[in-house]
Amino acid sequence: MRHAGLSLCLILWAWAAAAFEIEGREQFGPTEGRVLRVLSTTDIDILQPLIDSFLRARPGVAIDYTVASSAQVMQAIADEGARFDMTLSSAMDLQVKLANDGFTRAHRSAWTPMVPDWANWRDHVFAFSQETAAIVISRSAFSGVTPPRTRQELIDLLRRDPDRFRDRVGTYDVAVSGLGYLFATQDARTAESFWRLMEVLGSLRVKLYCCSGEMIEAVANGQIDVAYNVLGSYARARRDLADRILVIEPEEYTNMMMRTAVILKGATEPELAGAFTDHLIAAAWSVPPAPEYPFQDPPQSVRALGATLRPIQLGPGLLVFLDTLKRDRFLTEWGDAVKQD
Amino acid sequence: MSGVHLSGSIRRRLTLQLVGSAAILAALLFVIVQTFTRDLAEETHDRILLASATSIMDAVSVRSGEVTVDLPYAALSMLSNVSDDRVFYRVVLGQETLTGYADLPLPEPLPGDDDPLFQTLDFKGESVRMATAVRRLSRNGVPTHLAISVAQTRTGQVERLNALSRTALLLGAGFFVVAVLLAVWAAQSSIRPLRDLAGMVARRGPKDLRPVTRPVPSEMAPLVSSLNSFIERLRLSLSRSEDFIAEAAHRVRTPLATVRSQAENTLHRVERPENRTALREMIRAIDESSRAAGQLLDHAMVSFRVDSLERSPVDLTELVAELVDRLRPVADLKDIDLVLEQTTPHPILGDPILVQNAVRNLLDNAIKYAPDESLVQIGLNTESGMHTVTICDQAGGFPTDQLDHLTERFVRGRNAEGTVGSGLGLTIAREVAEAHGGRLEIRNTEDGAGACVTLVFPSA
Repeated sequence: MRHAGLSLCLILWAWAAAAFEIEGREQFGPTEGRVLRVLSTTDIDILQPLIDSFLRARPGVAIDYTVASSAQVMQAIADEGARFDMTLSSAMDLQVKLANDGFTRAHRSAWTPMVPDWANWRDHVFAFSQETAAIVISRSAFSGVTPPRTRQELIDLLRRDPDRFRDRVGTYDVAVSGLGYLFATQDARTAESFWRLMEVLGSLRVKLYCCSGEMIEAVANGQIDVAYNVLGSYARARRDLADRILVIEPEEYTNMMMRTAVILKGATEPELAGAFTDHLIAAAWSVPPAPEYPFQDPPQSVRALGATLRPIQLGPGLLVFLDTLKRDRFLTEWGDAVKQD
Repeated sequence: MSGVHLSGSIRRRLTLQLVGSAAILAALLFVIVQTFTRDLAEETHDRILLASATSIMDAVSVRSGEVTVDLPYAALSMLSNVSDDRVFYRVVLGQETLTGYADLPLPEPLPGDDDPLFQTLDFKGESVRMATAVRRLSRNGVPTHLAISVAQTRTGQVERLNALSRTALLLGAGFFVVAVLLAVWAAQSSIRPLRDLAGMVARRGPKDLRPVTRPVPSEMAPLVSSLNSFIERLRLSLSRSEDFIAEAAHRVRTPLATVRSQAENTLHRVERPENRTALREMIRAIDESSRAAGQLLDHAMVSFRVDSLERSPVDLTELVAELVDRLRPVADLKDIDLVLEQTTPHPILGDPILVQNAVRNLLDNAIKYAPDESLVQIGLNTESGMHTVTICDQAGGFPTDQLDHLTERFVRGRNAEGTVGSGLGLTIAREVAEAHGGRLEIRNTEDGAGACVTLVFPSA
């Protein structure tokens, strides 16, 4: 442990030098006045409509929007104490970890009761989307073949024709991507078929990616034919690629990730952060959601989901896979399955 | 409550004592419920923390000499069933932290193998409850120990306890309110027999000296029995004196009649005017004494009959008309005109002898005190369920300051001096009226020339 009071999992990111890496940064709104600093894993163009509608109602307020991977978000806040007002992340486990370890502050407003209980942890972590972990396949590669509907069908398909799919499958590099790790650990918790699939992918020399966006691009431009555990919302958002890719939500079960917002303890603009959280809550949980809301409509209750949609539960259970020993063990096993050289 | 010295109130003392007990019991109930729920909540929390620690302990394995832990998913997720609280854990082997929060303080000294330790302490700025389980084991032949601590913040528990406290408070308050209502009711109902007895005695007429016979609670039996014996002594004493007076009057009247006839005979025989005047004075005095004796007898008779009143239908009109006819000769002696104004029946329920006696006494008075050649009017009326007999004379009326006392025994109007009378006539009339549930009204006429006396009886 390099720093007293910091979470145990950070040691894994400690190699990442002093400063966290960012993928993009943009300032919205006027150059002078109050600035809300948001650290997010969500691509700028996806959230921009919501940012615009927020700023329209608040002249004189700007948003400094920084995009980083979920692991880098964790490192920035927990390890380096970077100065941000709030974080938006798809890695629910890391957001819960931030809240559990005392890096966040509670937020209660007239809007927070709109959030269902299962989408709000301790009034610290607020979900504002529910997105599926999907399989994305290339339409051209699967023309004339019935697309797989379940993981088992995908495994059978890949096993039947290994030569055809060798070097043409992809998934998250779970050692790098927080969201990929979350999806993988939830898969491992839910079904045995996950490890079989990883072994099959490994035998086909699976390509590993940092992000959903890259996997979707790779499928669309023909580098690979199958991408596993891709954010369904991102894939559907690429309407320009709709004729080239097919988004499949596995029928035996489909994990649902919740994108969450937390307000940081060290926030210099906690009021603005609260207002932006309320804005996201109102956009997501109003019936129907706001017109500029970029994700699929979140269900108002867990029961409204089909039997196959499994929302990942917010709560301390998520901390288990962030345990150092557990994570080491999982990454080792996953590496053994996937990297079969 | 004239002449009664008060020493507090039984009802108030009883109410206060009951309310005080209720307050103590309500406070006790609140404390007990609160302590109980607090213990229960803490115990439940402890059990789950221990279950979590135990499940982690079960996931400890030794692989090629290395101790490792495969944290079960349920170990932490089960804690979210209690509340949405922050969760911390630490696994320590000897002095080395295997995994978890390295700064989570370990208990000193460590508890024994089968003796998990529960603590409340501050961690990361919040109060947490922590369970620590320890297992001794041997590592490469060297004995060491594995300690597993699981801690959770207590926000949810405190909130739940506060809610339970509020419930306990409401429960205590509700209990108190109900108890107060019951206390007031109990105090009221326990003094009700006393109040009933007091009311019953107070409502009794002035002549009612019957013993109390209605059932009373055993606690009041000595009081009622003393009261009854007191009443009996009073009744005996009264009746003895009434008997004595009647007897005395009777004994005096007979010799008086003899003396009077002797005096009258003598009057016829004497010639000298001064002797005749002296004899007339004598006869007058005898008349007065005899009349007084008569009225005393009347009064004794009235008292006796009133004590055991027997009611039968009486027509006031007929009774009054008969009396007027009987007394008309006496009135004629003074050229007094008796005028009876009513002839329709006025039926009442009563003792005809008593009613007759009352009316006769009033008529006697009117005739006696009225000046010669005057008018005595007798009227019968009905007013809101009561029949009245009003006798008005032209005798100059009563002194107004005496009106209220005229019906007391032996009280006579100041202007009655010089007339034969005892002062019992109005008393008899009033007692008869009251024995029948009616009353006697006395007033002077508006022009002040005379007075009107009214007997009021409830109609049959």
